[in-house]
Amino acid sequence: MRWERARALLDASERSGRVVPERGKQACARPGSSVPRPASESRRKPLPVAEPLRPLLPGGSLRRGGTVAVDRSPALVLALLAAASAGGAWCALVGLPEIGLVAAEEAGLDLSRLALVSEPGLELVGVTAALLDGLDLVVVAGGERLPAGARQRLAARARQAGSVLLPVGSWPGADVRLEVEGGRWSGLVGAGAGRLRGRRVRLRARGRGAAYRKRSVELLLPGPEGRAVVLPEGSAGLPERAGRSGPADAGGSAFIREAS
Amino acid sequence: MDAPRVLALWCPDWPVVAATGAAGVPAHRPAVVVSANRVLACTAPARAYGVRRGLRRREAQSRCPELVVLPADPARDARAFERVAVAVERLAPGVEVVRPGLVALSARGPVRYFGGDLPAAERLVDQVAAEAGVECQVGIADGLFGATLAARRAVVVGPGGTPRFLARLSIDELGREPDVDRAELVSLLRRLGLLTLGSFAALPATDVASRFGADAVLAHRLALGLDPRPPSRREVSEELAVSVELDPPVTRVDAAAFASRSLADRLHILLADRGLACTRLGIRARMSDGSELVRVWRCAEPLTPSGTVDRVRWQLDAWLTRARPVGRADPVGGVGALTLSGEEVVLAGMLQLGLWGEIGGADERAGRALVRVQSLLGPEGVHTAVLGGGRDPGERVRLVPWGVDRRGGGDRCDEEAGAVPSGSRVASQPRPWPGRLPAPSPATVLVRSIPVEVRDGVGRPVRIDERQVISSPPARVAVGGARPQVVHGWAGPWPVEQCWWDVEAGWGGYRLQVVLGSTDGAGEEALLLVCQEGGRWSLAGRYD
Repeated sequence: MRWERARALLDASERSGRVVPERGKQACARPGSSVPRPASESRRKPLPVAEPLRPLLPGGSLRRGGTVAVDRSPALVLALLAAASAGGAWCALVGLPEIGLVAAEEAGLDLSRLALVSEPGLELVGVTAALLDGLDLVVVAGGERLPAGARQRLAARARQAGSVLLPVGSWPGADVRLEVEGGRWSGLVGAGAGRLRGRRVRLRARGRGAAYRKRSVELLLPGPEGRAVVLPEGSAGLPERAGRSGPADAGGSAFIREAS
Repeated sequence: MDAPRVLALWCPDWPVVAATGAAGVPAHRPAVVVSANRVLACTAPARAYGVRRGLRRREAQSRCPELVVLPADPARDARAFERVAVAVERLAPGVEVVRPGLVALSARGPVRYFGGDLPAAERLVDQVAAEAGVECQVGIADGLFGATLAARRAVVVGPGGTPRFLARLSIDELGREPDVDRAELVSLLRRLGLLTLGSFAALPATDVASRFGADAVLAHRLALGLDPRPPSRREVSEELAVSVELDPPVTRVDAAAFASRSLADRLHILLADRGLACTRLGIRARMSDGSELVRVWRCAEPLTPSGTVDRVRWQLDAWLTRARPVGRADPVGGVGALTLSGEEVVLAGMLQLGLWGEIGGADERAGRALVRVQSLLGPEGVHTAVLGGGRDPGERVRLVPWGVDRRGGGDRCDEEAGAVPSGSRVASQPRPWPGRLPAPSPATVLVRSIPVEVRDGVGRPVRIDERQVISSPPARVAVGGARPQVVHGWAGPWPVEQCWWDVEAGWGGYRLQVVLGSTDGAGEEALLLVCQEGGRWSLAGRYD
């Protein structure tokens, strides 16, 4: 009887959007910071991802409140953020001091809405929690050092605030896990000619719930312009290294011409 | 209805006076302060050579080869100006700093005390010259606008004579205020043949309002010699003040400025709740030795949060680093408590709040979250990136702490880099940069490069000679002492000549892209290698 009453209460509070207080949250909240407000209407819309990555994710987008673990591949991280950032979402990179920001712009991110917290140090949990409250996409490196409780609190924070947590590296309990497999570069013509133009990789997604079905997709990451590109039909779009079919626009020891 | 009598005290060319004072440049040397490659202010000797405001830096240098070029720095200007403000305050109370270089005060008190306009002006000029050691000019007129223009000409305009005084002046005077950009309006009025303030003032106010918009109405009131805002100012209630106790007392400027940021936000939230905006900001600090320092900043336009933070930072900088006051041996110590108050407020209707451009709900929320992260890690904890010109993926990136203006600055290696003092860089993203590697760029750019060993098929180190020819094709690459990996493909070498005229910053070398086969079958790895002169190879980036 008591169980049923508690259950009904919980359902009602979830329907009305009120946050059910949790024990673990107190450790996350800093003094002066209020308990996160429930996700507002504008923060309910899913965040878009670039066309080539859509087959990987359930619903073809990044679901707000979810946790998507990403392999240790900066190019994949940038490709995941690109479409949402270009569409007005705020992104943060925590603990990734060496990420290539030129590559980020080429991937399609808007750098004015990209916050960089290069050295969170001992405040990793507090910083990430604060960012999850206000920003849409938060990429966190170094999360495998955290105790399981802190990881769960961060995932819960993302769920309440309606943002997406994207841990880099291993993160048990993630909704989806994206992995990079293989990698074959094209664009090098041989004997020093050509230049790197694209990498053909296979991405695999595993997860739980809606993402339980294993998915994989082959694509160019990065493509010739820096963005992720759907693999052309028959994969004959880019010159393979062995053949000399590619435009030898950059000779062995000549200056590269400005690509623009 | 009449505007009150205002006494304005103006120090000509203040940015360059402050800069030469700080840099120790003697007064007879021609000097300029340059901002965004344009001359912002110049000394009288420089003017004698034909250097003018708004000139390009190179043009100024060609007119006067021995010109001393100094960077613009609003904080330094404000810090140096504190001495002038203190000197004026000794003679007359109620001093308001309009901006570094210009103070305004109510003329009634000093004029009556010293027995006339001219004696008061004379006493103030003498006082500033004796105590602060700078030249200044005084003007008295009705209203701040008239008084400022009178100070530029060092004249006293009699009561009620301000409209006549303004009528003869050029229409360009409307655009002289550095905080307000009226260049478009001024140029439009010129094209309409309204060359003096008087001809503009002669237009009916209703026609101005319907034809030119809200800012022109303000400018029209100025040209008429009226107070720019209708006289329905709100009485300030006591609670329009926010304060913070700093324990332990703050002695460093950056720490005090950081505390002031949240305080300014609180003040603006307080004002916004009442639908008000602040035109005069009172800054009050209680120092750790018990003394209390007060300064009022007046602004032509209602203050934005970032404008408030700037003024508080300048003021704290001045208080914390100023020369010790006369007759006091002990340093002022740290700031123990800080209070900001809106001394004069107007209805906030026209004020556009700007964080960066327009403010949306999402931007505001993100801004708050980032400020909270800064409160955990310090102001340097959160950055955003700006891409400038350059050839290397690392050198194009400039990291800007959150809250600092993203514009301005840019190239590390401009064509005129040798002459530019650091801090006054010039952004020029679209310029072609021959030798820049086209997309895709490395997704990892190393902060500290790792030494790499590059060997050919028979184990000899690979070198590149002066003719840019590679000694033999690279076959094995070992990164940072790890096991050598087989090279699947390579491209380059591409020569780099970076600032070859600069002995310290310049460097020359070659770039090479290599694709390595992995040992555990996980896929290929692509690297960007750099060969410095002398044959030292290092890893600059990874395409991962």
